[in-house]
Parts: sequence; structure tokens; C-alpha cells
Amino acid sequence: MGDLIILAISCILINNILLAQYLGNCPFLGTSKRMETAVGMAMAVVFVLVMAGAITWVVNTYLLKKYDLIYLQTIAFILVIAALVQFVEMFLKKSIPALYAGLGIFLPLITTNCAVMGVCLINVNEEYTFIESLVTSFAYAVGFGLALILFAGVREKILLARVPKPLQDTSIALVTAGILSLTFFAFKGMV
Amino acid sequence: MAKSLVQEFTKGLWKEVPPFRLVLGLCPTLAVTKSVENGVGMGIAFTAVLVGSNILVSLLRNVIPSKVRIACYIIIIATFVTLIDLLMQAYAFPLSQKLGIFIPLIVVNCIVLGRAEAFASKNGILASTADAFGMGIGYTFALGALAAVRELIGTGSLVGEIPYLFKYNLPNLFGPHYQPFDFMVQAPGAFIGLGLMLCLMNLTAKK
Repeated sequence: MGDLIILAISCILINNILLAQYLGNCPFLGTSKRMETAVGMAMAVVFVLVMAGAITWVVNTYLLKKYDLIYLQTIAFILVIAALVQFVEMFLKKSIPALYAGLGIFLPLITTNCAVMGVCLINVNEEYTFIESLVTSFAYAVGFGLALILFAGVREKILLARVPKPLQDTSIALVTAGILSLTFFAFKGMV
Repeated sequence: MAKSLVQEFTKGLWKEVPPFRLVLGLCPTLAVTKSVENGVGMGIAFTAVLVGSNILVSLLRNVIPSKVRIACYIIIIATFVTLIDLLMQAYAFPLSQKLGIFIPLIVVNCIVLGRAEAFASKNGILASTADAFGMGIGYTFALGALAAVRELIGTGSLVGEIPYLFKYNLPNLFGPHYQPFDFMVQAPGAFIGLGLMLCLMNLTAKK
């Protein structure tokens, strides 16, 4: 149990998926302009990433490894994720319309969010067990949400600041992300 | 015709150079630009995938039903990524080890899907090929440039090799007393380096 907690903390803070592993940066910059969209994206990622982590683990262990099809990993994973996102979208639309309205356009965007695919590949490469995969998927997703929401807060403040013209928009956002990533560096000595 | 092909090719080199102008495909841009070797290697792998997928999508553009087109594009792209991944493991193993999961992650690189959807699905094979080469080479240069800045400041030297193409060895370019600025090869340096490069691009665009 203790191991799992340490694993979770290291995935949320130390190896933060956005700021230390550089995964999922397109939505990080794309949806962080406003707090609402950032929260929507963060929720959608937590939702899909945990399910994708579990399903790809099962597919990898009981299908690809068993029948010696590891070379199909990339194709199998992207298909699983794309199908999962479609399925989740349809399911939410039917049964939980409130949540569907909240997540809105962020669900389909997740298919091309490399954080999802990246975490699935990390889980497989590190040869985690099923429980460990679930924990890392959830923790990475929480780390994604944490960094995204923090960053959105900072960006809303930047809107009020006077930024030199060439630095405006994406450029200043990237520099800010760099400083945020520097603060996450401080967690390196924790575990 | 010839002129428009050249245009399709050159727009990727400067006017629409993917990571800077379109701000797409940032994950590999940030992650693999620790050294020129990785950056250019990634760029070449990316170009190969983009050319392959653009050609195939353009060939099949009248066959694929428009309702399931995105799924079809993803499968085509995933096929080429698997191909390149396996080829690199066979013929450029050290490089493929260094790039790690970022090779399979070309599948979810928005630029490849973006070009398939926005260009290859509407244009002929020649134009699509030219577009893919232009975008790919532009991307490779962008990664190479960012990687060169980071490696140079972060380690003080440029050392490495692109398999089968060229080798370079420029140690201690700032003299023997240069203290490597480690920050630049770490994660924060990637973000700030790219941010400042975008700023430079904006400055030159003004003039």
C-alpha cells in the first residue's frame, strides 16, 4: 500500500506529466486560456485516462502478449483509445447529460491528446501490474489536472499584465509554463 | 503546376513551419530537443511518417467515406508509425532508444492528422507529397534549431551523430572555462527556450 502511495505521489508531482514528461502540451496551451475550459479538460482527462489505462493493460496482457502481437501495440492502443472516447461520449450523452454538457467538446479532443497514449505506453514499458497501472493512470491524470488548472489561473492574471508585443499569447504562455515547471522541480527531492 | 508544387513545398519551410507558426505538435518539440541528434532524428522519423500517410490518404481520398474518415486516417498513420518504429529499432537502435515513447507517439501528433484532414484529403498525390516534404523538413529544421540552442547553452558543446547521414563533434565551443547552464537541457529550459524562439519569430515577422 505504501508503495502505491509513493508511486502516486511521484506521478502527480515529481514526474508531472505536463511539466516533467512533456506529454499533452497541445491541450495544455490550447485550453488554459480560461479557467472553465481548463477544468473541463482536466475532468475529461481524468475520466478517460483511468479507463484507457485499465483497458490498454488488459488488451496488452491478454491479447497482444499472449498471441505474440506486440508489434501491433501502437495501432491497437490508438484504436482502443479512439473507440473508448467515442463510447464514453455516447454513453454520457444518453445517461449523464449534465456531465456531457460540462465536458463538451473536450471529449473528442482527447483522442489526440498524447498524455493518454503516453501514459498507456509508460505503463506497458515499466511493466506495471494491473493495480499499479490503475494508480499511475489516475495519478498522472490528477497531475495533468493540477498543472492545467494552476496554469490557467496564472494565465488569467497574465491577461491583465502589459506584455511586450512579440511575446504575446503563446510565447509568454510557454515562458510561464517554464517557470511553473521550475517550481515543480522542487518536488524532485521529495521521494 | 510546377510553380504551385514549389509553393506547397516551401510554405512548410517558413510561412507555416509547424511548431512555431501553427503551435501544433509541441510535445515532441519540447521533449526530444535536448540534443541536436535527438531533435533531427525525431524530425526525420516524423517526415517519413508524414510523407507516407499523406500519399496514402491522398490516394484513398475518393474511397474513404467522409463519416469515418478520421478513424481511417488514424489507422493509416498508425501503420506508418509502426513501420518507422520497427525500422528504427532494426537500423538505428541507439537513436530509437533515446527517443523512446516519442516514436509511437507520432500517432497522436496533431500535425500529421491535421495535414491528412486539411490537405491530403483534398489534393492530388504530387501536391500532397510536396506538402508533406515541406512540412516535414520545416519541422526537422525547427527541432534542430531549438535543439542546437539548448544543447549549446546546456552543455557547451555539440556532439553527436545522425545515423547514416553525418557526424559532428564540436566540443567546448565557448572555451574550456564555460560552466554548462544545466537548466537549458531540463524541462523548464525547453518551455522557456521555445517561448523565446516564438518571440524571435514574431519579431522577424513584423519587419
